[in-house]
Amino acid sequence: MEKRDFNITAETGIHARPATILVQTASKFGSDVTLQYQGKSVNLKSIMGVMSLGVGQNADVTISAEGADEKEAITAISETMTKEGLSA
Amino acid sequence: MSKRLDGIAASNGIAIAKAYMLVDPDLSFDKKTVEDTDHEVKRLHDSFVASTKELEVIKQHAVKSLGEEEAEVFEAHITILADPELIGGIEQKIKDDHMNAESALKDVTDMYISMFEAMTDNTYMQERAGDIRDVTKRVLSHLLGVNLPSPSLIDDQSIVVAHDLTPSDTAQLDRQFVKGFITDIGGRTSHSAIMSRTLEIPAVVGTENATTTIKNGDTVIVDGIHGKTVVDPTDAEIDEYQQMAAQFAKEQAEWGELKDTSTISADGKHFDIAANVGTPDDLPAVLDNGGEAIGLFRSEFLYMNSNELPTEDEQFEAYKKVVAGMNGKQVVIRTMDIGGDKHLPYLPLPEEMNPFLGYRAIRISLDQQEIFRTQLRALLRASNYGKLAIMFPMIATVNEFKQARSIYDEEKQKMVNAGQPVADNIEVGMMMEIPAAVMIADKLAKYADFFSIGTNDLIQYSFAADRGNEHVSYLYQPYNPSLLRLIKRVIDTAHHEGKWAGMCGEMAGDQVAVPLLMGMGLDEFSMSATSILQTRSLMKKLDTTKLHELVDQALDAESNEEVIELVKQLKTE
Repeated sequence: MEKRDFNITAETGIHARPATILVQTASKFGSDVTLQYQGKSVNLKSIMGVMSLGVGQNADVTISAEGADEKEAITAISETMTKEGLSA
Repeated sequence: MSKRLDGIAASNGIAIAKAYMLVDPDLSFDKKTVEDTDHEVKRLHDSFVASTKELEVIKQHAVKSLGEEEAEVFEAHITILADPELIGGIEQKIKDDHMNAESALKDVTDMYISMFEAMTDNTYMQERAGDIRDVTKRVLSHLLGVNLPSPSLIDDQSIVVAHDLTPSDTAQLDRQFVKGFITDIGGRTSHSAIMSRTLEIPAVVGTENATTTIKNGDTVIVDGIHGKTVVDPTDAEIDEYQQMAAQFAKEQAEWGELKDTSTISADGKHFDIAANVGTPDDLPAVLDNGGEAIGLFRSEFLYMNSNELPTEDEQFEAYKKVVAGMNGKQVVIRTMDIGGDKHLPYLPLPEEMNPFLGYRAIRISLDQQEIFRTQLRALLRASNYGKLAIMFPMIATVNEFKQARSIYDEEKQKMVNAGQPVADNIEVGMMMEIPAAVMIADKLAKYADFFSIGTNDLIQYSFAADRGNEHVSYLYQPYNPSLLRLIKRVIDTAHHEGKWAGMCGEMAGDQVAVPLLMGMGLDEFSMSATSILQTRSLMKKLDTTKLHELVDQALDAESNEEVIELVKQLKTE
């Protein structure tokens, strides 16, 4: 299992367009990808799941991937986080 | 048999095509228990796939017509359909509870909708509930095998028929395919009507029952010139309308070229074509149709769309908008013309036997001066933003005009004394709509800067015939030599005193009257914005040197009909 922590710096948190792109990125991989926030964990391939967490600015989240392409998944997601201005 | 539906002409032009009903279909269903859950799961998957495909098409159209950003909502819908938790949840429900796909879909999406709606501290999430609702509707339509219409899915020549059109509907209309539209509700200034004019798509609005009368695929004629529609037309009707459409297209092309040109007759004489407007919202139409001024801005809307007298500030804002919006072209604002057939709930007027001959317009203003002074102050303040002219309605005597003008002078002086800026080029004139005033126009011209002839009232007062009474409607005779002589007297007198004369009644845009008025030397023709280009086209073709003879003949004729004949002969020559 591959894991990484992020601090969400985006003013509006994870929603709208960045959320959609994050979900689309995760969906490209075969591994199971989850987003953990405040003790809750959701499927990162589920837009409704991600949005239901209501992740705001300054939130600390953990993303983990498990499967054959788990390393690549975490790398790609980290890149998206930076590119979309979600996390530094 | 064809059917006819009348409504309000919202946008000029004629179109004939098949009806596309932009109406939400019936999406009701029964909750059922199913044995073959595999089949139900397959139905679910198929409907998700079909919905996604449809949204891809809609999205592509939206990108083209609305731009990337506006099309993002459809991308969001596609992402929702791709959500494994959503479809997984529904699938689970079908299998566990032996539910039909429709019920399972509704149960799961309702759960998400209430979850998002409960996020009251996050309006963005609350709005996403709407997205889920839209997506659910689309999937449901595929499960039920009904067509969920979308303006973006129109890919054949169509007339869109809807109860009303929302801004997002109209934004998605593809002009290549949408040839016209018809709505149940709305008026000339409703969103759908304004958009139809912007898109230059013929439209008829306010038909009341188009959506219940017309069926998907019916052949429909939209006549946006006259506000008529024909459902299932006969071949003869199609022929008739095709000819009308060809004629209209030819004229449109001719008129369109005249938008930015000035109005000059064949012999090189310049005339001003101005517009009559009722509210500041009419301004874009004036500019779009090449209006050279506003010859009549009726200030009544400020008084009528209100539950109390409009304040000075409210009036100032409205006047300023129009005066500034015309970019230095003249705007003639008429002071309050209440009474007659216009009443105010908050300003009780006496019951009268003959309200048109009663307490109205300037007669109220001179009697209840506070109302008048408030309006004048608002007008004076607005004068700083362009070229303002003020006009008093229903002046019958020199004394009335002098009184009104002195109240105006007092208010102006007060503002100057208080150091408030006021333009120094404001013209103050009057309506010419009472025969008594016409007969002493030379005296009035000593005090008034201009005359504007109001033909509707001038006709009614000259012929002593109530314009609303159908038993005497034959006396509405705008070309009768008696009326033409009154008009000529106003124009000649104005010119003799070095003043200008305009006309702001229906007659100024009337194709029979225009040659006569040009021959008499009327300076300004003020009409509905949509009549401007047509009138300019006519005026450019006429040679005023040849019109003097026509005027002489008309003034010497015996009847309204004889004058119409004279003008017809001129046109066919």
